[in-house]
Amino acid sequence: MATILLLAPLLGALICGFGWRLIGERAGQVIATALVFLSAFLSWIIFFSHDGVTEHVVLLRWIESGSLSTDWGIRLDRLTAIMLVVVNSVSALVHLYSFGYMAHDDNWTHHEHYKARFFAYLSFFTFAMLMLVTSDNLVQMFFGWECVGVASYLLIGFYYRKPSANAAAMKAFVVNRVGDFGFALGIFALFFLVDSIRLDDVFAAGPMLAETNLTFLWTEWNAANLIGVLLFIGAMGKSAQLGLHTWLPDAMEGPTPVSALIHAATMVTAGVFLVCRMSPLYEYAPDAQTMIVVVGATTAFFAATVGLVQNDIKRVIAYSTCSQLGYMFVAAGVGVYSVAMFHLFTHAFFKAMLFLGAGSVIHAMHHEQDMRNYGGLRHKIPLTFAAMLIGTLAITGVGIPLTHIGFAGFLSKDAVIESAWVGSTYAFWMLVIAAFMTSFYSWRLMFLTFFGKPRGDHHAHDHAHESPKVMLIPLGVLALGAIFSGMVWYNSFFGDEAKMRSWFGMPAAAEHQAEAGAEHGAEAVAEAPDAAEAPAVADTATEAPTVADAATEAPAEAEHHAAAPVQGALFIGPENHVIHAAHEAPVWVKVSPFVAMVLGLALAYQFYIRNPSLPGRLAANQRPLYLFFLNKWYFDELYDVVFVRSAKWLGRFLWKRGDGNVIDGTINGLALGFIPMLTRLTGRAQSGYIFHYAFAMFLGIAILITWMTLSGGAH
Amino acid sequence: MTAADFSTVLPEVILAIYAMLALLFGVYTGKDKAAPMLVWATAGLMLALAIWIGLSRDGDHIAFGGMFTDDAFARYAKVTILVSAAAVLALGQDYMSRRDLLRFEFPILVSLSVVGMMLMVSAGDLIALYMGLELQSLGLYVVASLRRDSVKSTEAGLKYFILGSLSSGLLLYGMSLVYGFTGTTLFAGILSTLNADIPLGLLFGLVFMLSGLAFKVSAAPFHMWTPDVYEGSPTPVTAFFSTAPKVAAMALIARVVFDAFGGITADWSQVLAALAVASMFLGSVAAIGQRDIKRLMAYSSIAHMGYAMVGLAAGTVVGVQAMLIYMAIYVTMNIGAFAFILSMEKEGRPVTTIDSLNMYVTREPMRAWAMLFLMFSLAGVPPFLGFAAKLSVLRAAVDGGMVWLALLAVIASVIGAYYYIRIVYLMFFGKENEGLDGKMGSVQWLMLMGSAAIMLLGMINLFGIEGLAATAAESLVR
Repeated sequence: MATILLLAPLLGALICGFGWRLIGERAGQVIATALVFLSAFLSWIIFFSHDGVTEHVVLLRWIESGSLSTDWGIRLDRLTAIMLVVVNSVSALVHLYSFGYMAHDDNWTHHEHYKARFFAYLSFFTFAMLMLVTSDNLVQMFFGWECVGVASYLLIGFYYRKPSANAAAMKAFVVNRVGDFGFALGIFALFFLVDSIRLDDVFAAGPMLAETNLTFLWTEWNAANLIGVLLFIGAMGKSAQLGLHTWLPDAMEGPTPVSALIHAATMVTAGVFLVCRMSPLYEYAPDAQTMIVVVGATTAFFAATVGLVQNDIKRVIAYSTCSQLGYMFVAAGVGVYSVAMFHLFTHAFFKAMLFLGAGSVIHAMHHEQDMRNYGGLRHKIPLTFAAMLIGTLAITGVGIPLTHIGFAGFLSKDAVIESAWVGSTYAFWMLVIAAFMTSFYSWRLMFLTFFGKPRGDHHAHDHAHESPKVMLIPLGVLALGAIFSGMVWYNSFFGDEAKMRSWFGMPAAAEHQAEAGAEHGAEAVAEAPDAAEAPAVADTATEAPTVADAATEAPAEAEHHAAAPVQGALFIGPENHVIHAAHEAPVWVKVSPFVAMVLGLALAYQFYIRNPSLPGRLAANQRPLYLFFLNKWYFDELYDVVFVRSAKWLGRFLWKRGDGNVIDGTINGLALGFIPMLTRLTGRAQSGYIFHYAFAMFLGIAILITWMTLSGGAH
Repeated sequence: MTAADFSTVLPEVILAIYAMLALLFGVYTGKDKAAPMLVWATAGLMLALAIWIGLSRDGDHIAFGGMFTDDAFARYAKVTILVSAAAVLALGQDYMSRRDLLRFEFPILVSLSVVGMMLMVSAGDLIALYMGLELQSLGLYVVASLRRDSVKSTEAGLKYFILGSLSSGLLLYGMSLVYGFTGTTLFAGILSTLNADIPLGLLFGLVFMLSGLAFKVSAAPFHMWTPDVYEGSPTPVTAFFSTAPKVAAMALIARVVFDAFGGITADWSQVLAALAVASMFLGSVAAIGQRDIKRLMAYSSIAHMGYAMVGLAAGTVVGVQAMLIYMAIYVTMNIGAFAFILSMEKEGRPVTTIDSLNMYVTREPMRAWAMLFLMFSLAGVPPFLGFAAKLSVLRAAVDGGMVWLALLAVIASVIGAYYYIRIVYLMFFGKENEGLDGKMGSVQWLMLMGSAAIMLLGMINLFGIEGLAATAAESLVR
């Protein structure tokens, strides 16, 4: 089943990409979409039927070289199952949505066929992403990692007649190379130390790596930390974290379904997936974890500030994505990987929906993307409005405080913030402020787009129309996810630790204490009830019995699993109690994101409904700050000066001086100057006179004799 | 002369007697009218002798008290000489008949010259060497000036003769020095007197002898006659000059340095290396300026002799093997190239300027492509046979510890590639102009296409000459 699931999108991509001339463009699209739907259906079956025990499916032997032995395999565990569902569901809906969105594209003339190419790329991307998430070893993961990069490049540059799209595609590719370099170095380091790149071997080597030192660049590093940092650099590139984030907003040059699929729901979360996948390593790398937390929190804050002032509807959502990815990294960094996955899971639904909704708006407004030219659209496109509203409620985290009833984002974001409170004060405050700004810019987007008076070109407004059904159905399905995915799976990801552990196939919490040694035995017993109590405090009373059950089962299970060091999809170290602590967070911490959200909403209401002149005045008042945000903290300008210009200068230097003057100069000098000169000389020597010829012979013999006398056998 | 001696030299004797009979026959019958028939008969006889020598004779035979050696090396060289001489004779018959150049003496002189070459490669004594060399050369001097009414042809013959005499003088002087210091003219005797401490006079003798022999292979700086003689002689004669005599002279050098001076490899190997470097570079550089394809081929053969000597300079079995392979491939390429040059004519007159080849592909695509194969092969570009030839000599040099020589050879071959590829460029991308209009005789067409095909197909296993060359090389270097 996993094999079919994996290969179906590839088959679709091949049929659609190469076969559409035979079977027709429409048939190609339908086949590709149908195959992705098949994958999505199978993913849900796996998701629900998976029992948490890791399975390996070997497809073929791949690389055998020295001690490197790599199979092409599928690793099927809870983490994979979650990613399968996310990737395939969103991909299937985006395929469907694209039927409508790509139906008439002004970038192409009537006779050009672009749809089959688009669908083939989408399916190829899906396959590559599945390669990444199902991989059983790091090289295979790297393969998928690079393939999604290629697919992303192709799709960002899909409108290859637009110079800006080509530039954005190249930028995405080049910036990702920087991250990939780190990833590759991390893999090399792992292979160097562990002599294997199979995930199982790498996981088992975690404790060993924590005690190893490795010389790299100028000094010695702790191996686990170094590898953790290197892998995280890879994750930063793919997930657009601060420093390597500049490509993501530009990537919005691609068609909107691409932004929804690749640059919101799936590919950009690959970095988070990587960190969670490597949790058995990160648990032994505290410094790397600290770095993840700081980078993630800063990104969340930075992207939110920039999001406040953007005017392009897609760029606002892009910065929002960047910011939300920061949330996920904070969760992963403080050691609650399941919460990172939770936010990844819910985010995929509501962010894909926001993008598809934005696409629907853009479609309605004839490819106008500037929000200043929108306004009052809720009457023209009511269904899109409803979808966007649900998405906004989800992303801003609307719910009933201190209960577990609310939109998806409410549950997952609150879980992240509570975990952050335990892990790092800095991250906690950054995330709360970011939550406030998230609420502000999300509502700003809503108010500017759907409320107020129509602005801009009135023709566009007159002709604004609701999108066709193929575009609305995916919105509806995603809306279900945005509303319910948080509430349904809250306990599995975060709310109930015992359930979470069994869901991810991990041994129960008490086991680690049992393992820790006899002298800790007493503490372990003392803590076991604690572990059971902790969720009970936070949870509603109805869930108490299950918790109690888990608590009684825990010691029994501890006996069973005592031998296996790493089990299940995630690994939580024996010292890691963040998840209980998060459950015990004070009430003000639990309420803080909600308060931030309400404040953001109120401020946005004040700015864009009550008093629409206020934003302009504020921007004029605080001009430096406004420009700072509007220009994205001048990251692009800084990079342009530091990297782009200097690289270009170096390139030009090597080209003009090195290649042009030195290499070409030498070759040209030899070929056009020196050799022809010799040719002329020999031509002159060839005079036709016998005595010249005889003279040359004697000269030759004289030289030979002299040389032999001096050097050779003269004894 | 014992019966054993006689049976050892039987092929040479047959060819010599045939030449005398043919002379009588020619004089007493139709003179030049009989010439075409004589050409074909000579070519046929040579081919038959080549087959006989190649297939039915084996083992080492020494005749006339060591003056004549018949071993695998001699047989390899003889077969190459006989086959190439036969091919060139057949190639030129049509050309010479049409231009009224075909004297009946031509095939006879060529046969006698070939007898001389066969004696050269079998020589086991300085006197035998000299006799074979002079017999060969005298025939060549005469055929060079075959076109008596042409100033250029006569000039070519005369130049060749005078400079050839000079080189004979050098050779004889060297031989006398060698004789003086060793007291014997037998190669085996010379070899046995050599020890680690050799007298300077013997070394002088060696250098003089090598210089005299270098003249015959037209190695720089003893090459000066080559372009003039190649240009002045009738084209079939040029074709002959550039093939069989080169093989014979190169084999003779190998024979002398290994059989007579095998004990002082280090000494002669540096002389040969110096000659090789000078030839490769001079051949490559000077050819660039040529506008006449026959002069160009002259420089090309100078350069190719340089590459062949790279193999020889290595002083190993592998080196000799590489040289033998190189010569066989070189001869094949040259036969094909000259088959093409013979067909170059305009309004019935032979043309030899390179410019006349402009856009040749539009008129004769097949021939142009065949020429492309040959030119790339001469330049040593894979996947053509010329690359295999160069590779084998380079490998021999590297294995023999002469990496610098291999490097220089590679540089020279890069320079040399220019003028071969320039011909291809003109044929395929040149300017449109009034070009050649000649038809091609069927023999020439066959030789051209056959040689081009061999260039490509030969890469598969070199037609097995590798093994033969290895046996030949082993029989020489013991």
